[in-house]
Formats: sequence, structure tokens, C-alpha cells
Amino acid sequence: MKAAQRMLTGAEIFFECLREEKVEYIFGYPGGATLKIYEKLHDVDFLEHILCRHEQGATHMAEGYAKTTGKAGVVLVTSGPGATNTVTGIADAYMDSVPLVVFTGQVPTALIGNDAFQEADIVGITRPITKHNFLVRDVRELAETIKKAFYIATTGRPGPVVVDLPKDMLNSSCLYSYPDQVNIPGYKPRYSGHVNQIKKAASVLADAKRPLLYVGGGVIMSHATEELRALARAFNFPVTMTLQGLGAFPGIDRQSLGMLGMHGTYWANQAVNHCDVLVAIGARFDDRVTGKISAFAPDAYKIHVDIDPTAIDKNVVVDIPIVGDARKVIPALHKAIKKARDMSAWWARIEEWRRACPLSYEKNDGKLRSEYVIERLSEATKGNAIVVSDVGQHQMWVAQYYKFNHPRSHLSSGGLGTMGFSVPASIGAAFAVKDRPILSINGDGGFQMNIQELITAVAYKLPIVFVIINNSFLGMVRQWQELFYDEKYSFTDLSDSNPDFVQAARAFGMPAYATDDPVRVDALIEKGLSRGEGPVLLEFKVVKEDMVFPMVPAGAAISDMIVKRLNPERMM
Amino acid sequence: MKHVISIHVANTFGAFDRVATMFSAKGFNIHSISIGETEIREVSRMTIVTSGDDQLIDQIVKQLHRLIDTIKVVDLTDHEHVERELALIAVNYQKGQLEEIKNISDIFRGFIVDINNKTVTLEITGPPAKINAAVNVLAPFGIKEMARSGTVALKRGEQLAAQKKEVA
Repeated sequence: MKAAQRMLTGAEIFFECLREEKVEYIFGYPGGATLKIYEKLHDVDFLEHILCRHEQGATHMAEGYAKTTGKAGVVLVTSGPGATNTVTGIADAYMDSVPLVVFTGQVPTALIGNDAFQEADIVGITRPITKHNFLVRDVRELAETIKKAFYIATTGRPGPVVVDLPKDMLNSSCLYSYPDQVNIPGYKPRYSGHVNQIKKAASVLADAKRPLLYVGGGVIMSHATEELRALARAFNFPVTMTLQGLGAFPGIDRQSLGMLGMHGTYWANQAVNHCDVLVAIGARFDDRVTGKISAFAPDAYKIHVDIDPTAIDKNVVVDIPIVGDARKVIPALHKAIKKARDMSAWWARIEEWRRACPLSYEKNDGKLRSEYVIERLSEATKGNAIVVSDVGQHQMWVAQYYKFNHPRSHLSSGGLGTMGFSVPASIGAAFAVKDRPILSINGDGGFQMNIQELITAVAYKLPIVFVIINNSFLGMVRQWQELFYDEKYSFTDLSDSNPDFVQAARAFGMPAYATDDPVRVDALIEKGLSRGEGPVLLEFKVVKEDMVFPMVPAGAAISDMIVKRLNPERMM
Repeated sequence: MKHVISIHVANTFGAFDRVATMFSAKGFNIHSISIGETEIREVSRMTIVTSGDDQLIDQIVKQLHRLIDTIKVVDLTDHEHVERELALIAVNYQKGQLEEIKNISDIFRGFIVDINNKTVTLEITGPPAKINAAVNVLAPFGIKEMARSGTVALKRGEQLAAQKKEVA
């Protein structure tokens, strides 16, 4: 029996809906257009509101929460600048398929279009960067709209949904009941893959001499990592992962080839080059993965499993498309493969590539290097931490050197490449995960882009270890300048213009330590990890001009990989 | 190759804009676009003429499907169908030319819908190619203004009955 309908204000309905959706946290910032909600929030006890310091921070926090839990992250901001400040976070979530529901305040309906104070057409602005968005124009539609927003954000290929709430919608009242289900005629995600396509794929895989599983974030999102591990182990298939796919298969496992693509391992990219059957699962043939399309897995029969039909044949035309949820398709595929070929010859070649060109960096000159710091962090946390990287060189070193054991543990802005992601995203993750270390790993550039959120971490006593890999450069841009832009180091040198990070962290109220000595790295990490309550900052001052290798230049074939610096004497 | 794509969209706030935004965001071409009511109150039909190779058209159709407000997407190029467009063409005329313009209009089964002492406005309906032909013939007189509706199209015959059932 449905509960009797009650007369509620829009603001009350808002919270009733969030209660129905079992929302634990709202990441937000109050303002004029949402005052009615904040008035009501004062008496709400079934969820917690987390006060960010900038609305972009709120969206990344919600992403951090969503990526670690698989549930929708919820954001609440005011109209105008509050809403436009969320745009980068929404675009980030759209590119990486992160489920968010972003509530934006709006000026009263009667004033919409009048250039009213703090008015912005956020529905128009976010149309190309949301899975869907809504403007609520009648309070009687509010509950159904919120139900639809959560449903759309979390089903199919997940993504951000914006719900714009004019101020008068929150003040006016109507009879409230929460719908049991929603009917959206144009939205019917397909979960089970086509049976015949799966059969075809299985017979191709059973006959493959050199198969390769190319695994993306979709496998993690659909909670299909157990199924993936079972499939790979049953038939001894090698597994390579995209940036978003890291953690889907254990990094220390022999069958893991690590990451592929622009900064992928030599052996993973060689395997892509030479495989005869490539199975892409929950991955989208992104340009950072494929390099030159025509030279990507040139001899391979390609199978592509994805829940989003538009991902298939978008960049690379495949032989067997399977539209469906990885969690349903992988077991079906597994079951349909009766027996695979012996993989020992294929593995022998892979091992040869692995030996020929391992990941390496200079270890014997006594200088501190980023790769070493990441390796020690991986070791100290045994690959079990939640690692939230920012964007740039350190992000690639994390992908190469941190050995992730678990899914939903590597959080990174992959598609949009948003500097300033890590600090707030790690805060969102810290609310979701209480029993594992949270590492926020940053470059000295990106750390400054949302540095204001450090106070949020302090205020909520979150045990986050903030790490800065400080090379006093916008390192990835510097790397491209060195390699492709005639060594014109335009505006990438921050040697004389970085703040004192240790002082800054202390000003925000957290302990902070710095070193440039490899010998002290373990001691600092220990200090960071053993701090029970509240955040800590560790600054590692590393050599300035290291580059991320291997590297496939943008648009080049992955066989044209650069494995090391051409003129090493230039290194400082 | 030119493709005529017919789209049923929910009659919601901004549905048209979503389709147009998607085309511009993805860099797809729109040759013409038209939108209007259908037999169902909550549903509008958009007809988009676009072009591209098979992979691109396949991607366009899938991207249209992906929009939450689109209910049905059909590439009519794959089916027998009827295409029509309406044009209003204001043509300059000098003394003695009116008869000739009226003859041209008759040949294209058009109508004169307005006239003043300098221009005569014709209404011409038909497949886009026919309208192009009329425009070419009228151009020497001087076309003062022109408005074209863009293509609207429907599947032919028996398939139409089946489609109607699906939508309802």
C-alpha cells in the first residue's frame, strides 16, 4: 500500500526524494536560490551535507564518492555562479561516465530570461556535457523528476544529470508521493548481450592463438571484475587495462600487462600490435589508447563489448559488436568458450617483451625521483589504498608504478584530464571508504587548482595523505615542449613561483613534511599513513626534468614508441 | 551520401535543442531540419537531412537514439518513403514578365500567394530536387527572398501502418 499523500513544499519534497534514494551525503554550497532547501536541511538527520569551498570542489567530491561506491554522487549549489562553477566537474563526470545528480538553484520562474541577479541558463550550458538535464517548471513534477534523474544517472552507461530548481518551486506546495518506477519511452538500456554475437565471439576466442583482453572502466562500473578475473584465469588470457580500467585485474598478477596506450608498458603495446584477437570490454578506443587508428591492433579480429551502442564503431570499426553490460556478457562469454588453445607460445613472446624493455628509471645517482616515491607508496600500502591522482606526469607514474589490487581504488580524471581533480575527489572518497588509506597524489601545478578544499579535509578530520610530487614544473607540458615544441619552455617553469606548500598546509591546519632525499621517503610515508585522524601533507621535491616513458607520440602508431630519452646527457 | 532521418521526440522542454546541440557538438552536418506535431500529442517528429558515409550515419543514428528524449529513430533512406518540402519564393518582375512567371509556376504546380507592383510570391511544394529546379528557373528574374521549410518525410504504404502501431 502506498502511503497517503501529504501536502509538502518543494524543499520538503526534495529531502523526501533523497531519503527514498538513500542518499548519504550532499556535497554543496549554499546561496540565495537554495535558501529554502538549506532552511529545511537544518532539521534533516538522515543525510549529511558536506560544505565545500568552491562548487567545482563539490562536483569532484561527488565524483570521488561515486567512483568508490558505484552510487550516485549528489551535489547542491545555488544559481548563477554556483551553477557555472560546477561545469568542469560535470564535464569531467560526463567524459568518465560517473553517476552524478547535480541540483542547481535557479531564479524564480517568473524571472527566468530577465537577466535576473545570479541567473545563468545552466540547463542550456550543460546540455552537451550531461547525460540528461531537467528544468523543473511545476512543483507537481518535482518528485518524478528527481526519481528520473537518479535512474538515468545510475543505469546504462552512467553519467551526470542536472536538475535545475527555480526558487519558487521550492517554496510552493503540492501533494507528495514518490513514484515506484519511472517510464521514459526513449530510454531502455540493454543489459544482456545478443546471444548469437556472444556465441560468435566465443568461437573466435576459442580458436585464438594470440588473444588479448583490453579492459576499460566499464568493467569496474558494472561490478564485473570477479567475472573478468574468472574468464582471464580460466583460459590464461593476458589482460591489459586502460587508465580507468586499472584495478579491474590485480596489478601484481602475472597475467596483467599493465596499462596500454600513450604511456602504457612496452609489452602491453607490443601485445596489442601482435594479437590475433582483441576483446575490448567497457573501453572506448580512446585516442590516448589507440594512437594512430590504422596501426592499432592491425592484424586482430576485434570484439567489442560495451553498454553504450555509440561507443561501438565510433573510433575503430570492429568485427563483433556486443551491446550489453559487462557483468552479464563476460560470464555468458566464459560459459560459451568450451576450451581455448594453449597460450604458452604467446606468453613466451609477451615475457620476452617484458624483459626487453621493463619500466625503469635512474636509481643510482642519489636523487629523488617520482617513480621511486610511487613505488614506495605502492609497497607501503601493499596496493590496497584508494589512490586519487591528479593530471600530468605523476598521474602516468601512478598508473605505471602503483600496483592496484582492487577495483574502485584508482580514481583519476581520464577523459577530460582535469587538473585540480585529486584534492576534492579524495575528500569524496574519504567519506565513502573509512577502512583503507586514501592517497591524494598531485603535481605541484594541479595541487594549486583546488587547494581551497584542503580546509574541507581538515574541517571533517578526514585521514587523507596528500602527496605532492614537486618538480617545480608543469611537467607533462614541459615534456611535450622538450620533445615536440623545440624546447621552448613557455610558462611551465614554476621554480620561482610556487608557494611554500608545507607552510600552506600548516596554515590550513594540517601537519606537513617535505624532503628531497630518497633515504627519507619511507619515513615520511610512514608518518603520513600512521596519522590516525585528519589529513597530512607530504611534499617530495623530485628532479625537475624527468620524463614519462615509454611514450607513443600523439597520433603515432604504437609501434613507434619512444622508450627512453634520446639525449640523456641533457638531464639535470 | 544524403540521408533522411526521421525522429520521434518527446514533447518536452528543450528536446529540439538537445538534438541540434548533439549535431553541433559532434560536428555532424545538418542540411535541413524540420519539426512539427504528429498524430500523438506528446510526440513531435523531426526530419533531419544529413550526409556522410555509412559509419558516420550509423554513428548519427546511434547518437540520436542515445538522447533520452528520442523515442524512435528511422533512417528513411533505407525504406521506400515520400519526401516533400515547401518553398515560398518572392520573385522580382518587370512589366510584361508576370505571364512568364505564372507559366513557370504552373509547370511546377505552384501557386501565386502574394503579389505587389514589384514582386510576386510563389508557393511551390515537392521533393527538394523539384524546388531546386524551380529556383534555378526563377533565378534570372531575381529572387528577392526565399523561405524553405526543409524536408518532411514519411515511410510509404504498409510499413507506415506497422510503424503507427509501434509508436502508439
